[in-house]
Amino acid sequence: MNAPRSVGDVTPSTARFDQPLRLASGVTLQQFDLVYETYGQLNAERSNAILVCHALSGTHHVAGTYAGDSRSAGWWDNMVGPGKPVDTDRFFVVGVNNLGGCNGSTGPSSIDPATGHPYGSKFPFVTVEDWVHAQARLADHLQIPRFAAVMGGSLGAMQALQWTLTYPDRLGHAIVIAAAPSLSAQNIGFNEVARQAITTDPAFHGGDYYTQGVIPERGLRLARMLGHITYLSDDAMMEKFGRDLLTDQPRFSLDVEFEIESYLRHQGDKFTTRFDANTYLIMTKALDYFDPASQAGGNLSAALAGARARFLVLSFTTDWRFSPARSREIVKALLDNSLAVSYAEIESTQGHDAFLMENEDYFAVVRAYLARVADEVGA
Amino acid sequence: MIRPDLAVIAGWIKPGAKVLDLGCGDGLLLSHLQQAKQISGYGIEIDPQSVVASIRNGVNVLQMNLETGLSGFDDRSFDTVILSQTLQATKHTETILRDMLRVGREGIVTFPNFGYWRNRLQVMLGRMPKSEAMPYEWFNTPNVHLCTLEDFEALCGLIGARVAERLVIGPQGHSVRFCPNLTGSLAIYRIQPRG
Repeated sequence: MNAPRSVGDVTPSTARFDQPLRLASGVTLQQFDLVYETYGQLNAERSNAILVCHALSGTHHVAGTYAGDSRSAGWWDNMVGPGKPVDTDRFFVVGVNNLGGCNGSTGPSSIDPATGHPYGSKFPFVTVEDWVHAQARLADHLQIPRFAAVMGGSLGAMQALQWTLTYPDRLGHAIVIAAAPSLSAQNIGFNEVARQAITTDPAFHGGDYYTQGVIPERGLRLARMLGHITYLSDDAMMEKFGRDLLTDQPRFSLDVEFEIESYLRHQGDKFTTRFDANTYLIMTKALDYFDPASQAGGNLSAALAGARARFLVLSFTTDWRFSPARSREIVKALLDNSLAVSYAEIESTQGHDAFLMENEDYFAVVRAYLARVADEVGA
Repeated sequence: MIRPDLAVIAGWIKPGAKVLDLGCGDGLLLSHLQQAKQISGYGIEIDPQSVVASIRNGVNVLQMNLETGLSGFDDRSFDTVILSQTLQATKHTETILRDMLRVGREGIVTFPNFGYWRNRLQVMLGRMPKSEAMPYEWFNTPNVHLCTLEDFEALCGLIGARVAERLVIGPQGHSVRFCPNLTGSLAIYRIQPRG
């Protein structure tokens, strides 16, 4: 095995789809673009492709860098690359920006061909299932009949799970990391506060702020700050920031005083420069709607009866957003169907964010699992 | 070369059975059963490195703590539940055995026989026994519930389990019939819920 390296400089591509796509909401998108990146080589049998699905604020830029920008490493660059757990010396890896996104795929900030203006408030809500349908179109475009594996963390993991239900014959394995089979009321509650922060920002203009020359910066910033609190564990936050003050003494002011305040404000500010508020609304709604069990009278085991993939399910001990218990619900439903599943509960202090972090046990599990998959597909 | 107790277990498993292996270690037993008996199986393991080893060996492994119970598993959801050389290291031994027979139609249990004469001799000579099956020092052993054949059978009686089959192996890996509680170093039981 070679020492892990970066995939190096990468270039995104755009695929245009002119066949209408009917969405779960009943709305039809007449045409759409998906922006994507690929790493590694598709083998002659076209059997070694892995689809990586992104989470709430992720993009198609999974691994590698953009030429001339050393700080542009992909969001899962530690996981994907030559000699890495998702080994691009063996696999052909596809990263795609989902429908409704703000990184090149058709979304609220794209121009609506019907009006010549940005979609804004007119962009339809999308679901995890819609994304999976769109991703399948991309697979057709790339002439990938069947993925060796579909994988992701958090909302990305929900897409991997949905793949096993929507296209059971088009994937061999699903790698479901830090997921839940549906959001809890508490999860939806957090999302709703985030959405309210955005929609009550005076600059929101009902979602049609693009034409007003403003963005609901304050709302998006608050939404991200709230999100960040839920991605970290109490311990991880305490460890990283504690009660540390920026100055020696309290200043009895509303300015930034504690390190954690500074961190959250920084994260919030950074986010407003790279993410679209409407996309944030759409992505959080997709999370809220995700509930495959609802198709089977609330019975997750019955909902998974049609799945044929083999599964790797991973959770993290301090993830309270999607706790290990939620992953075990998925495992239980797979066991009820006698489906092949391995499950690892990774010891980590990082909370929900752990799925993005390097962790020896975590990476060893993914590496071992995918090495089997690679042998199986002749990669 | 597969451990002698694993070969015996494989002989007792019906082809195509659904098997749960509690404390599956590196997964070699399940891997052997998959090849030899076409079983569909899952292992339960707590140690992260063993989980990785099991995955590497191509078996389904679930990282869970046996001691917190098999509550996630439905009654009679497995044909056979195996507890191979793990019994002696469990804390809630009685609960685990009861749960085995709830989740599985039958259980297979293997453990080192504390009543083996060499163990008895070492105790008589004043030291805690050490052997190939129990290679630890008294102060670092993971084994907390060591027992003899007779002890185990008494517990089976207590929890309403019937011994369907028993095979006792001597130090050379052959089965022993004469005075097994004295001459056998490793016990292999097939147990079923009574009635």
